[in-house]
Amino acid sequence: MASYSTNEFKGGLKIMLDGEPCSILENEMVKPGKGQAFNRVKIRKLLSGKVVEKTFKSGDSVEAADVMEVELDYLYSDGEFWHFMNNETFEQLAADSDAVGDTVKWLVEQDPCTLMLWNGKPISVTPQNFVELEIVETDPGLKGDTQGTGGKPATLSTGAVVRVPLFVQTGEVIRVDTRSGEYVSRAQK
Amino acid sequence: MSDTHWRPVASREAVFCRSEMQREIREFFRERGVLEVETPLLAQAGVTDRHVHNATVQIQPSGSATPLTRYLQTSPEYAMKRLLAAGFGDCFQLARVVRDDELSRRHNPEFTLLEWYRIGFDDQQLMAELSELLVHLLDAPAATYMSYREAFKLALGVDPIDASQEAIAIALNKHEIDASIAGQDRDTLLQLAMSFVVEPSFDPDLPTFVYNFPASQAALARVNEEDPGTAHRFELYYRGLELANGFWELTDAVQQRQRFERDNEARLADGMSAQLIDENLLSALSAGLPDCAGVAVGVDRLLMIKLGLDNIADVLTFPFDSA
Repeated sequence: MASYSTNEFKGGLKIMLDGEPCSILENEMVKPGKGQAFNRVKIRKLLSGKVVEKTFKSGDSVEAADVMEVELDYLYSDGEFWHFMNNETFEQLAADSDAVGDTVKWLVEQDPCTLMLWNGKPISVTPQNFVELEIVETDPGLKGDTQGTGGKPATLSTGAVVRVPLFVQTGEVIRVDTRSGEYVSRAQK
Repeated sequence: MSDTHWRPVASREAVFCRSEMQREIREFFRERGVLEVETPLLAQAGVTDRHVHNATVQIQPSGSATPLTRYLQTSPEYAMKRLLAAGFGDCFQLARVVRDDELSRRHNPEFTLLEWYRIGFDDQQLMAELSELLVHLLDAPAATYMSYREAFKLALGVDPIDASQEAIAIALNKHEIDASIAGQDRDTLLQLAMSFVVEPSFDPDLPTFVYNFPASQAALARVNEEDPGTAHRFELYYRGLELANGFWELTDAVQQRQRFERDNEARLADGMSAQLIDENLLSALSAGLPDCAGVAVGVDRLLMIKLGLDNIADVLTFPFDSA
């Protein structure tokens, strides 16, 4: 089984902790001048998303997590699984609702997504930073409002709810930043 | 690699501050009649210390059929003690030293130590002189002093010398530090506690001396006859940094050899190789090292405090990754 020494610790390294794959966020060496060195590590647990701090004795080894990221196009959902395809090999992968999580509201068919795989199985799906989605429902706003004083909620085709300026109407396609969940602009036609 | 990678990391202000600090250090010791010395960076032996590692170089001087291994010095201590044994008297050095396996926001593999020795001083007198130097260089307030026992009792509620390892582990676990990573090694357990509970409990705005370290962590300090579980070793902490380590020096060559041999046994048990023992140092001790105390201070860290910087790279023209 592959393992890493604490000497190899750095941001982004994937290790196993309490049976869960984790990603190292920060690694700090703490070393008294004439004493044992330790690694103080901030870790994100990749299944639960929890961030924890953990101390290791420098020189100790930890099991490596077989985690990789792949870019795949979103195809469709059958209600239970979300299906993705590698555009070059046409190989398909299915992610369950635990892996897709909140990303479900940003999934646009044919859009590329980043899937994190643990032992070959998807554990998370990250959408593109910007997606374009159609507004299926929003209150008619005041005409002539271009600044959007606080805006109004709009429901998108995927079920996501985003605050949009008052002048944007049902049926329009808008550009949204998936990291913040905020409206960016009307989509360029 | 960006095209600004060639540029220095330290600001010109930081470089100026370093040169001023070095000038003030030289004046401080000139006024006290302490001789400035230089000793080699390359030596035929390194240290046996379990947790301090020498980097080595291969060097082939003319006349040598094969390359020779030389140890980059981790501190100028051994050479300076040879000067003391030869009768040079009080001496100080601003020395560039190298330690393998140390790189962090507070460590650069090569760094500058201010090291000095005072004949006839004990550890208490040397701490007082170091405190004066801090006032001089950093406008630091007067230092606070506590023994290793007191520091642990205050922060952790256990006596580090007398308590069982189990009691120390329980106290550590209460502070959400997983004591099991120390295994069965008492010193590792104490160092874990020191690093993550005791040291962080110190007032960062007060220079804090901790003295009478456990005899098992004495290194080159003499054992405390009044409390034989401890030794005359001290450390100085300020602004969240470990700044200095000092000893009332062990002068007994036989005892020093035994400690080096024990170090090597511990290294072998840790899966490391034993290190060559510095016979020149032991010969100097046998010839007679005057009663003295010595201390090593991290100059780069003094500068970090002076300039309010929290990354050592910012006081170095070219830190390790851009050197």
